[in-house]
Amino acid sequence: MEGMAGQKSSLTWAVNIAAFLLVLLWTIPTLGLFVSSFRDRDQIAQSGWWQSFSASEQTGFVRSGTAADQVQDGPLYVIEGQATPEGQRLIAWGTSPRNPAQYRPGETADLGDGATLSVAEDGSYRMTSPQPFEMTRGDRIFVTTSAPPSFTTQNYRRVLTAEGLGRAFMNTMTVTIPATVIPILIAAFAAYALAWMQFPGRALLTAAVVGLLVVPLQVALIPLLRLHNEIGLGKGYLGIWLAHTGFGLPLAIYLLRNYMVGLPREVIESARVDGATEFQIFRRIILPLSFPALASFAIFQFLWVWNDLLVATVFLGNTREQLVMTGLLRELMGSRGGEWEILATSAFISIAVPLLVFFAMQKYLVRGLLAGSVKGG
Amino acid sequence: MSGVQLNRVTKDFGPVRVIHGVDLAVEQGEFCVFVGPSGCGKSTLLRMIAGLEETTGGQILIEGQDVTDAEPADRGVAMVFQTYALYPHMTVAQNMGFGLKMNGHPKAEIAAKVAEAARILKLEPLLDRKPAALSGGQRQRVAIGRAIVRGPKVFLFDEPLSNLDAELRVEMRAEIARLHRELGATMIYVTHDQVEAMTMADKIVVLRAGRIEQVGAPMDLYDDPDNRFVAGFIGSPAMNFVKARVQGGQVVSPAFAATLPAASPALTEGRTVEIGLRPDALRLSGDGPFQVELAENLGGTTFAHLRAPSGEKLIVQTGQRLDPAGGGSLGLSFDPADAFFFDAETGQRLR
Repeated sequence: MEGMAGQKSSLTWAVNIAAFLLVLLWTIPTLGLFVSSFRDRDQIAQSGWWQSFSASEQTGFVRSGTAADQVQDGPLYVIEGQATPEGQRLIAWGTSPRNPAQYRPGETADLGDGATLSVAEDGSYRMTSPQPFEMTRGDRIFVTTSAPPSFTTQNYRRVLTAEGLGRAFMNTMTVTIPATVIPILIAAFAAYALAWMQFPGRALLTAAVVGLLVVPLQVALIPLLRLHNEIGLGKGYLGIWLAHTGFGLPLAIYLLRNYMVGLPREVIESARVDGATEFQIFRRIILPLSFPALASFAIFQFLWVWNDLLVATVFLGNTREQLVMTGLLRELMGSRGGEWEILATSAFISIAVPLLVFFAMQKYLVRGLLAGSVKGG
Repeated sequence: MSGVQLNRVTKDFGPVRVIHGVDLAVEQGEFCVFVGPSGCGKSTLLRMIAGLEETTGGQILIEGQDVTDAEPADRGVAMVFQTYALYPHMTVAQNMGFGLKMNGHPKAEIAAKVAEAARILKLEPLLDRKPAALSGGQRQRVAIGRAIVRGPKVFLFDEPLSNLDAELRVEMRAEIARLHRELGATMIYVTHDQVEAMTMADKIVVLRAGRIEQVGAPMDLYDDPDNRFVAGFIGSPAMNFVKARVQGGQVVSPAFAATLPAASPALTEGRTVEIGLRPDALRLSGDGPFQVELAENLGGTTFAHLRAPSGEKLIVQTGQRLDPAGGGSLGLSFDPADAFFFDAETGQRLR
């Protein structure tokens, strides 16, 4: 008995730990992206996001002032200035690239011919010489500094205030909401017919819809655009709604039909005996009971349309009136795509709405709506 | 006028005929039970009356009206399903009012009828609950209430109690019987449980393989079965059958030492027959050739499982308690008037 109970609990632990590790593994990239979105470009280039929570040490050099900057102070000629960037603490400094951390802050280095250089703890340097300086190019002062962890909301400010973002957001909404609602409306009707109405060729039709799932949308883009142009639809919202509807329908019909087929036959027969017409059965029984399936497909379709760039690029114009968020963010990132901090920030800004949709819908995903209708249900 | 009339009704599923020309008249206000082993077509027949299955051939009349091709909703029937088939997203009141709502009745009338049905079934405290928050018995009561609200000409019950536990089943059985008395409506009830059939029915229809074997009042079927199937199906424990042969004006069975007089003219010389004896028609008597294999003591009665010298098994109902493990051998006696005779091949009763 003891062995059995013990085994079970240790197994549970193993499962929990494994699940925790998996979740951790799964969320780390997102966390990384999130942290990166609060760092500036230099920080991203110099160190990984995981180092951003501790002070970072870096070595670089600055050039001292030139002869033009010198002032005479009694018998000495002096050049003064700041060797470290603002907000960084000096750890060590040096005068030669071979030994860039030769001196501690506050020490004085002999530069020969009576000239000296000292760098104070606050990063200010003082170069003195009994003779006037004659160099036209400043001497190099190597500094090793440590910067405290620092985060910035500058990226967010930049993306959020980018010109046309509000407009692009509205454009994306204009694309996404109808492109989610229209396929659900059509697919629900189709799925009910394919699941519960008797007509010849029903099985073939279902098979054909499932078969359409394998067609990659990329092959359809250009022919579809040509069709749109030929029938006078051109590039515009109506065109992209139709395109997204078409690309989404096979999966929608397939998902909804499979769900509806699983609804208890007796409930539908009961409604039929109760005098409900085919449409009333659909509206009052099937639709409410299919809500979990409708919600999950709505989430899929919403995410996919929201994040879409390809279809929008093809079916919408590049004008300010039609540019979607993904298109705008791509422009922000620069032509070489090197601005990672913008990439990370954009990702988090564009993720916000889908997250909202997901949390609004997820209770319908989990809840079993069929409980109580039939025995054991 | 009969409540439900079936004229040579047939049903084919593709090439397979499952209902073979059924003729039946259910009187108005009658409680008719379809009974039979599973797969005998009793549920199919009920669904044909409801309009949920198309009728391949023949005619179905409800209160004199031909409804063979009518929609379920236009037949004036209400059905109670084995699985309850409640609408899970509606409250009890909405469930019961759904049918009237679909037919465009005014709200006040729906509310009144729902309240009336809830009163009859004592569902008033549950009206605002969803089906998920109800027990099995309550769900079935809601399903019955949904049928009542519609005020149908015919109630159809498809094994409504088989998902309930034994205690609830007894309770609901009484409830449905009471309902039938109160409403006085025609009811057709499908079950495979013969206790339900015997206790509730005005008329039992015994079906086998898509054919009606016999129609009659419960006690008529018990006392006067038409054939071996009905005799074996009605009554619990089932009737005992032993092989026999008519010889010299006597029915001789290898199982019994005694012979029986061939009382019926149908018992012609040399014919092989089966003798049917109800367990309660047999009496144990002293020592004899019948070995006791097992005894089921139920307190008031005991069912003794005996094996005859011919190898045939017999069940005897007796008041005397026996060793449950069996052992020993006993004699049997019975009144020759209690014996039924059946043709060994066709199973028809030889009267």
